[in-house]
Amino acid sequence: MRTTRRQFLSLAGTVTAAGTIPIVTLRPLEATPAMLNTAIRNVVGEAPIRTGKVKLDIPPLVENGNTVPMTVSVASPMTATDYVKSIHVFNEKNPQPNIGNFHLGPSSGRAQVSTRIRLADSQKVVAIARLSDDSFWQVAADVVVTLAACTEEVN
Amino acid sequence: MAAALINVPAKARRGDVIEIRTLTSHIMETGFRRTAAGDLVPRDIITSFTCRYNGTEIFRADFYPAIAANPYLSFFTVAKESGRFDFEWIGDNGYSSTASASITVE
Repeated sequence: MRTTRRQFLSLAGTVTAAGTIPIVTLRPLEATPAMLNTAIRNVVGEAPIRTGKVKLDIPPLVENGNTVPMTVSVASPMTATDYVKSIHVFNEKNPQPNIGNFHLGPSSGRAQVSTRIRLADSQKVVAIARLSDDSFWQVAADVVVTLAACTEEVN
Repeated sequence: MAAALINVPAKARRGDVIEIRTLTSHIMETGFRRTAAGDLVPRDIITSFTCRYNGTEIFRADFYPAIAANPYLSFFTVAKESGRFDFEWIGDNGYSSTASASITVE
């Protein structure tokens, strides 16, 4: 039987559709807000998280998600009895919700950490600080990313 | 191989809060990228950084793939006494790198 143009096109359509689905399923490389919550709860446990005290300096618009400068600082006197134990940074849409954990102590003097991070998409970045009284404080910032990191092809 | 840049003030007054900056050379391959052929590139990152001041741990960080290549870190400490800062990076595939810097506190 000769293949008609119509048969060929419908066949080609089927192949394309079938070929597309695996590609789509290969790419749910994105932490969901649920994963973000789980990652946060893994650190915080059931403790309540209050908003405030923490400051997250990150550019609101970045061209290249491969290296985004970020500074987290916490308003704390950093004395032997009142200091920041740790700072945890999370993201919403990278393949993995964690960015980094930073452990400080009373001898840190100033509760401030800077580093450079990767962002795979425009998303929310959350910083949480654990104080010496085991209270948790958070802040969130939205970042728009033009060129995504993490999932691009290797040349 | 000391593939790290360390910035610690050479001198400080006792009680001063000083900034320590470190930059180390590492690819920080996320493990989420694919080659053009579709193969996953295996993860190769630094997972842990520690800074000790005369043997006492003063700062520690856990890294995830979301830390950019050639990890940069800046943090603070109180200058208590003259001595040495030891830095250690530990990562995938047995990666380990160390560096140190000295400080005079008056």
